[in-house]
Amino acid sequence: MAEKDKNFSRRDFLKTSGIATGALIGGGIIGGLIGANTNTKDTGTDAPGTSGGTKESSSSSVRGLTFFKSMAEFEVLSQATERIFPEDDLGPGAIGLSVPYFIDGQLAGSYGENSKEYMQGPFFEGEPTQGYQSRLKRNEMFQQGIQLMQQEAQSRFDTKFVDLNGEQMDEILTAFQDNEIKMRGVESQFFFRLLRQATLEGAYADPIYGGNTNMDGWRMKGFPGHQLAYINDIESEDFVEMDPKSIGMEH
Amino acid sequence: MVTTLESVDVVTVGVGWTGGIIAAECAKEGLKVVGLERGRERGTEDFTMVHDEYRYAVRYELMQDLSKETITFRNNRKQRALPMRQLGSFLLGEGLGGAGTHWNGQTWRFLPYDFEIKTMTDKKYGANKLSADYTIQDWGITYDELEPYFDRFEKTAGISGEDKNPFWGKRANGYPTPPMKKTPILQRFEKATTDLGLTPFMLPSANLSEAYENPDGQKINACQYCGFCERFGCEYGAKTSPEITVVPAAKETGNFEVKFNANVVEVMKEGDKVTGVRYYDTVTFEEFIQPANVVVLTSYVMNNAKLLMVSDIGQQYDPTTGQGTLGKNYAYQILPGATGFFEEQMNTFMGAGALGMSVDDFNGDAFDHGDLNFIHGASLSMTQTGSRPILSNPTPPDTPSWGADFKRASIENYTRTLGVGGQGASMPHKENFLALDSTYKDIYGVPLLQLTYNFTDQDRALHSYITEKTSNIVKEMGAKTVAARGSISDYDIVPYQTTHNTGGTIMGADPDTSVVNNFLQHWDAENLFVVGAGNFAHNGGYNPTGTVGALAYRCAEGVIRYSREGGSLA
Repeated sequence: MAEKDKNFSRRDFLKTSGIATGALIGGGIIGGLIGANTNTKDTGTDAPGTSGGTKESSSSSVRGLTFFKSMAEFEVLSQATERIFPEDDLGPGAIGLSVPYFIDGQLAGSYGENSKEYMQGPFFEGEPTQGYQSRLKRNEMFQQGIQLMQQEAQSRFDTKFVDLNGEQMDEILTAFQDNEIKMRGVESQFFFRLLRQATLEGAYADPIYGGNTNMDGWRMKGFPGHQLAYINDIESEDFVEMDPKSIGMEH
Repeated sequence: MVTTLESVDVVTVGVGWTGGIIAAECAKEGLKVVGLERGRERGTEDFTMVHDEYRYAVRYELMQDLSKETITFRNNRKQRALPMRQLGSFLLGEGLGGAGTHWNGQTWRFLPYDFEIKTMTDKKYGANKLSADYTIQDWGITYDELEPYFDRFEKTAGISGEDKNPFWGKRANGYPTPPMKKTPILQRFEKATTDLGLTPFMLPSANLSEAYENPDGQKINACQYCGFCERFGCEYGAKTSPEITVVPAAKETGNFEVKFNANVVEVMKEGDKVTGVRYYDTVTFEEFIQPANVVVLTSYVMNNAKLLMVSDIGQQYDPTTGQGTLGKNYAYQILPGATGFFEEQMNTFMGAGALGMSVDDFNGDAFDHGDLNFIHGASLSMTQTGSRPILSNPTPPDTPSWGADFKRASIENYTRTLGVGGQGASMPHKENFLALDSTYKDIYGVPLLQLTYNFTDQDRALHSYITEKTSNIVKEMGAKTVAARGSISDYDIVPYQTTHNTGGTIMGADPDTSVVNNFLQHWDAENLFVVGAGNFAHNGGYNPTGTVGALAYRCAEGVIRYSREGGSLA
């Protein structure tokens, strides 16, 4: 099964994305890719993996950070999300899909500020079945979590998080996932779940939110986005391929 | 400073399905009705950009703003109840149409067995089938008595379906519109269940198979199968909702007005009658009293119970003594099921919220429970609601939850996964109940409602029995890998499960064991009516809205009769 499916997915992706995947496959490329994406603020939109010479990328204007204040923090976030959703032969990873920019934007808004959550005290530690009981906002959790990733990189490997190899990054992320990292005001496994979920949101949300660049997340997955209707296709015995559409407008 | 407004005949608290139905029926009879809605006005024109999974399905655009009001929760009386700070297990609605705007449209009638569950269980299995900890009771109304009201709701909503299920109650009329399209995915389920000796039928749907004009003259359009129903509003006016049916029908009489941003905090009472309600304008925080001859609580399960509690109407249930009825018999549902991973790609992203096929062979008392340690069961359905990429990342067992293997598996299986799910009926238990919280308050200074709930042995036994049935179906459908849902232990309020919360303001034939009579009229205040899934004495194996709609028509008849004749209707 796998061979046939992979072939289909890859063909579909290549056909629609215009990305020269050959140049991007392979573990060593990712580090360089991240650097290219994050160190060149002035040309941030032209990061490899997101370009492909499409109209969207050339017409979009400058890109910057609205929550994070330091590029160093943003680079840690970028690499962590890339480990969660990596570049491969199916298509771009989190960085190529602009997931870090998506997360940065969301942390600056109502998501990061918990504006639709009950944040009144008193706060008590509860049972796991009672859910989120932290007084921290999500953007505070992300900030703290990223600082701790840096600290873990220093204490475990005596270097910066962004300079670790993939396996070393995974070791630290796994420690967060397994609740082995001591965080203040929140458990690390809760933060990790947020990070994982936000990565998937950035990969697959409508590109109007700044992620899912060129709708490549949707292309990989075979989801056509905003189609008006499937009434004429829903009885089809065959799988229906469609070029995805965003709900956004062209400017 | 409280401003007292001019008195009206009827005031409803909330304008969703129940408030809309009460308003339409009473206004047609010439009663002046005011609906108080804490949220905003909205309608079909607000949903032209609704194909947005992130805003609507993930960030809950149409749902209750918990920064203003939530509930507190604990699994048992020994725990400290803590606020549900984020939505999770269930999604509470807000705004015109309420949860009737963002529902899927699966529209069932509860079984005849449901309404007389205590009598029928005792008769068939003896009085000791369940321990005395399970507080099952008859509903004080039979299916046959409620049938005309079911019929009424289905005609108002234009429900699409087929009368091919041998296990449900007798219908006086067929469905107003034919069933939806039987897609290849549904045909797969149909063939598998037929081969297993079961009896599949098209799930009754409020996503209409064709354009329809209801008896009130309101038009509902034909479903386009766009795949954005649950958690979304319909941009086509093709998913029946209160704001395209009963609300305009009420408005056209000239006897109905909706006041938006009006959050009711108290039902006013004098002697053995209510006099109206007190509410806050949520924009200015001005306080108003809306006097009325009849008050109808038409908000969600949680808020209906809370308003009675904070207004000190009725006797709060006490699990230690078993005394009191208010807050008693809160029930939820359990969701057994199995996922199948298939070789070939399927159009899983196309669909509609109520596009599905079901079997009832393991629901209600359709099968013998003599050798089983539970009663009731579940409807089993294959629904094609439209899978969306953020929240649908199916992976076979033992796949990591992130990284390269996760990415590959979740992408491959997104269009190669089908699930069969059961909606397991939940029996009430003496330790599961609603009360007022003593610590936490909403932004109006009113105590939050407190939920004490856990799954019981009955739930766990039913879950494992039904899970096996769903696995068999998925296997028969040709899945290369079948992943059955794990067994359940403690109820967890974090992951989404179902917005089918019931009980707390239960109906019945006896004031000692129920909050309202079978016209949904409060036993302690004859001009107060309380209607919704809170009236259910237990939870059944289906989505609740069809039964809620029937109860709302029953209630409307009660309000009209009471307005003419007065007195207790029971």
